[in-house]
Amino acid sequence: MPARLEIALRPELVDAEGEAVRRKAREYFGIETRRIRTVHILTLDLALTAEERERLRREIFTNPVTQRSAFGTLALPADWVLWVGLRPGVRDNAGATAIEAIEDLLGRRLAPAEGVYTSKRYCIEAPRASRRDLERIASELLANDLIQQWRLWSAAEWDPQEGVGLVVPRVRLERRPSVTTIPVATDEELLRISRERGLALHPRDVPVIRSYFQDPRVQDARRAVGLADPTDVELEYISQARSDHCNHNTFRGRFHYREAEGGMVETIDNLFATYIEEPTLLIAREKPWVVSVLWDNAGAGRLDGEHHYVITGETHNSPSNLEAYGGAITGIVGVYRDPLGTGRGAKLILGGWGFCVGPRDYAGPLRPRLHPRRLLDGVVEGVRDGGNKSGIPTVFGQVLFDPGYMGKCLVFVTAVGLMPAQVAGEPSEKKTTTAGDLIVMCGGRVGKDGIHGVTASSEVFSEHTPAGHVQIGDPYTQKKMHDFLLEARDEGLIRFITDNGGGGLSSSIGESARFANGAEVALEKVPLKYAGLDPWEIWVSESQERMTVAVRPEDAPRFLELSRRHGVESTVIGRYTDSGKLHLTYEGRTCAYVDLDLLRGGFPQWEFEAEWIPPERRGLAEPVLGEPQELSGLLLDLLAGPNLASTEWIPRQYDHEVQGGSVIKPLLGVERDVPADAAVLRPLLSSRRGLAYAQAILPFYSRIDAFAMTACTIDEAFRRVLAVGGDPEHVGGVDNFCWPSIQYDPVANPDGRFKAAQLVRACRALKETCLAYGIPLLSGKDSMYVDGHLHGRYGETHKVSALETMQFSTISVVEDIRRCMSPDVKMEGDLLFAAGLTRDELGGSEYYRHLGYTGLKVPQVRAADFLPLYRAIAALVREERIASLHGVYRGGLAVHLALIAMAGGLGLRVETRDVPAEGIRRLDTLLFSESAGRFLFTAAPERRNEIEARLQGLPVACIGEVLREPRLEIRGLEGNVALAVSLEDLRAAWKRPFGHLARAEKGEG
Amino acid sequence: MKLRIRVLLPAGYGLNCDAETVYALERAGASVNRVHLNLLLQGGVRLEEHQLLVLMGGFGWGDDHGAGVIQAVRLRTHLGEELAGFIARGGLVIGICNGFQVLANLGLLPGFNGDYRTRAVALLPNECGMFRDQWVRLAIDPASPCVFTRGIASAELPVRHGEGKFYAAPGVIEKLRTGRQIVLRYALADGSPAQGRFPDNPNGSVDDIAGICDPTGRVFGLMPHPEAFNDWTNHPDWTRLRERARRSGRLFGEEPTVGLRIFENAIRHLRQA
Repeated sequence: MPARLEIALRPELVDAEGEAVRRKAREYFGIETRRIRTVHILTLDLALTAEERERLRREIFTNPVTQRSAFGTLALPADWVLWVGLRPGVRDNAGATAIEAIEDLLGRRLAPAEGVYTSKRYCIEAPRASRRDLERIASELLANDLIQQWRLWSAAEWDPQEGVGLVVPRVRLERRPSVTTIPVATDEELLRISRERGLALHPRDVPVIRSYFQDPRVQDARRAVGLADPTDVELEYISQARSDHCNHNTFRGRFHYREAEGGMVETIDNLFATYIEEPTLLIAREKPWVVSVLWDNAGAGRLDGEHHYVITGETHNSPSNLEAYGGAITGIVGVYRDPLGTGRGAKLILGGWGFCVGPRDYAGPLRPRLHPRRLLDGVVEGVRDGGNKSGIPTVFGQVLFDPGYMGKCLVFVTAVGLMPAQVAGEPSEKKTTTAGDLIVMCGGRVGKDGIHGVTASSEVFSEHTPAGHVQIGDPYTQKKMHDFLLEARDEGLIRFITDNGGGGLSSSIGESARFANGAEVALEKVPLKYAGLDPWEIWVSESQERMTVAVRPEDAPRFLELSRRHGVESTVIGRYTDSGKLHLTYEGRTCAYVDLDLLRGGFPQWEFEAEWIPPERRGLAEPVLGEPQELSGLLLDLLAGPNLASTEWIPRQYDHEVQGGSVIKPLLGVERDVPADAAVLRPLLSSRRGLAYAQAILPFYSRIDAFAMTACTIDEAFRRVLAVGGDPEHVGGVDNFCWPSIQYDPVANPDGRFKAAQLVRACRALKETCLAYGIPLLSGKDSMYVDGHLHGRYGETHKVSALETMQFSTISVVEDIRRCMSPDVKMEGDLLFAAGLTRDELGGSEYYRHLGYTGLKVPQVRAADFLPLYRAIAALVREERIASLHGVYRGGLAVHLALIAMAGGLGLRVETRDVPAEGIRRLDTLLFSESAGRFLFTAAPERRNEIEARLQGLPVACIGEVLREPRLEIRGLEGNVALAVSLEDLRAAWKRPFGHLARAEKGEG
Repeated sequence: MKLRIRVLLPAGYGLNCDAETVYALERAGASVNRVHLNLLLQGGVRLEEHQLLVLMGGFGWGDDHGAGVIQAVRLRTHLGEELAGFIARGGLVIGICNGFQVLANLGLLPGFNGDYRTRAVALLPNECGMFRDQWVRLAIDPASPCVFTRGIASAELPVRHGEGKFYAAPGVIEKLRTGRQIVLRYALADGSPAQGRFPDNPNGSVDDIAGICDPTGRVFGLMPHPEAFNDWTNHPDWTRLRERARRSGRLFGEEPTVGLRIFENAIRHLRQA
């Protein structure tokens, strides 16, 4: 008989959790509640004696100092009672740790039929709230019906005797697993099956798959193992492997690019090979620090003679869009498996985040599944719990707001790992599988969650997208596995390791089997969360926190012993072979028998028409603007814009110091609130060598030209790592493309050709800029289909496409962290220098957007001109000649002057006449142009001559000085005081939109 | 020759400060035995062979049922009286962040009258409702018996927690105060107690309490992370401090950080014991 244990804080204590709900109810909906108290519920579906039950209550689940608890219903005052629990099959992390604790205390393993489930009951005192108000709190704040269920009682309806009842969300699949064979006589039949099963097969792939199964030689071989028609296991496997998510068909596609009106015509055969692989191989040849690129789960660079770092970046957009917390935590925990599965395995040392969402205060007619405010809160919290509980410092990130992201939000997650150059006497970056090696699955168990994730993320999101692929990441299980695998690595027990992400076992084993040239897997050996899964589900499920490892048979006992010690489940599920076949069995019978090379060749390339229309032809022009007179007010309003305002509340929640090597933190300055240009870590605590890491993202420029967007993004990310002391000769990059659908369709995607042309141009800019700066692409991913269909006011739907977006991450080595730089101005009387030319480049700027324009003159990257300046500045840093250094980024000069002054808590006097500029006649252009290639730095006055001597011939000038008085004073082109504003006012404006979120106080409006 | 001080550092199950805790202890001169918690619980490693037990930070068992709760249950189930015996024989215990939560849940703190079993203090979810990573200023009671803070009057250290609000019944707080067991208090820039002011007191701790010791001063629990200030480049203002030192011709970063001094104090105490 299940029992319900209710636990609550003692009534005299502040219930911070309930208070947070109360604040959000007010901030989100304007609903006032007097008090909210939470009751934590454990539903124990266990065979226990009364004494055992009481022991668990007292010894584990109740803190006698702060809590009270009872089996049954605790009495708390409430006008409304709201219960929220998980749906069956949704990962219950707290339930799982409760079982671990119970087993330890009772000294016995629980039976498979036993279980523990957590849920919450909110006791809400809100005498004036209506049922509708409470339903909103339930459905739009506390519960997401994809993963949760809720019930609401008014005080009159509430029966304390009955309470919330006994809800046991156990998964029961009352069926025997089976394998289905599916005849595919014709292409039409296969296409129909693809639609019915949600296989998302590309029509061009269909004949190849059909003819494979009709090949007489294939049929003979299949007969020998007892197979005839393809099985569901096989078709699901092929569907996963051919998905755009796994196979990157778009980037490997053929693009027919042409420019309007008889312009350039070009066919690009494979964007990836042309614009990513080729330049990276060229650069890698010249940069001996590039260790491993283009094949593994993450790319590797050399930190020092004995260590390599590895880096990769991912997105987790579609799941986060459906269930923000679950999607984001799964995303960050998932990307952390990539370095762990790189080479022989890397220790995780750094995480990065990037969020693109709709306006937080959106009040328009469109109805996204989750309001941007709720979505962002969920994403922020998901990355927080995923990163913090993984014990990995989350050191850098950014958030951007644009209505285009309401169709689908973007959640970027980046991971850096560290591995010794040698593992058991062999190069750590090399790995292979060999016939005879055992296939071991480690970590979590397999359930129905996450089935068809990759095929779903390879489609435009519709209201019918199955919600089955929403998962809740479990950082705790993964952290245990991470620690275990690193120990196993150091003992030389790992021959090959890769993660189970998209496609699950089908992908991890399918790909690792290519090295040995074959694999046999007994699917019934795979540990399951609950019985009843079909073999195909076991094979493709994306249940999280799992790695696939190749272990030599003689090493298996030790490997499994270490696994047990760490409380990690590891299971031998098969072995690698050299048969050329992927051979799957279930309870002794073959259920899949596929040639491994089927997926390597023979499939037709995807083709895209790409038509570029220059911005002038799209009606874009420079706005006709008279010069503003109120520059102070303008600057304050720009700083209070959502895309420049302080977002301190996010990094403040992220543990950015765990592992003890924090050097440059995400928030700096006298009030520790100004974002750093980049993060720096000391990954080896006893060494002075550092790693610098930064990201940039500038999607607004795509409104004019995605070429400029890409070039400027790379330039910014490059400058960011230089600004903290990175080495310009050692900068690696990670490109993460997020693009709306580019497949032209006259009805569904009428501007598909243009978006395809934007992608081609972005890729060209990627190649050009990376070659010019010498940045190898250590890793990269693409996520297409960033579109959504949102309901409007009248029941109609609108297709909303995101801006063409690329996040670029950079990583660099800092030779000696003691020479790192920060942006805050340091000393009164120091001189302020501007480096790099400001040009008339306001197109796509914050300034124009604030006034409702896009403009035309988007910033251009002149990499060959910029690089000598960058090298000279890096030399100034190395020689310790300057006191602060900061790049000028989005928002332009005035915004970044304000930031370095606020960071230092000191004023600035700026002579704009002296700012190195070209073709500028107006102060607003000078102050708000977003020209690339620029820095600001300060230095002691006595260093002026040496600095000027070192920078001779470069566009650098002293433009002012640091003041004791905390105000920003900018003189106009005629020498008049054009802008004067106190740091206090600057900071107040800059914190106006989101400052309250960092302080858990009531917000404005 | 200096006496070898053996430190036991249990790891695993979501704890996550191993690297920097080992580094700080070794910098302080200790010999660190970092072992998986299961090895300790199953008797593969003996507590009694060590002089200092360090319970480190992290998210043991995900902190799902109250921070530090499950680790405390497991230690109590498997080690039982061994812990009290270890303290009675002169061993030192420091619990940092998650480790402090474990000490509170075990009842090793406050340890009134040699009672190392009764839970009387607790660490609750932060009043601000969220996890925070920030540096805090700490006022240190010079009259406290705590051996870890000898000769240190104030400190700056990072806190990184979601459940750090120190709470105990008024009578317990009074007893802690009179016994000088309140070692660390969150403080303002001028060194005076924060008196609950956010964010100087980052979590709403009663009486600004950031760390306490037992009456012997040999068991110490604190929310801030001394091991995370193991080098001057950890300090959030270090580039500014470096620039000031340069201008006045002073060396920068030569002295041990206050984080290291806390561990050095422990090692020195054990060498002298």
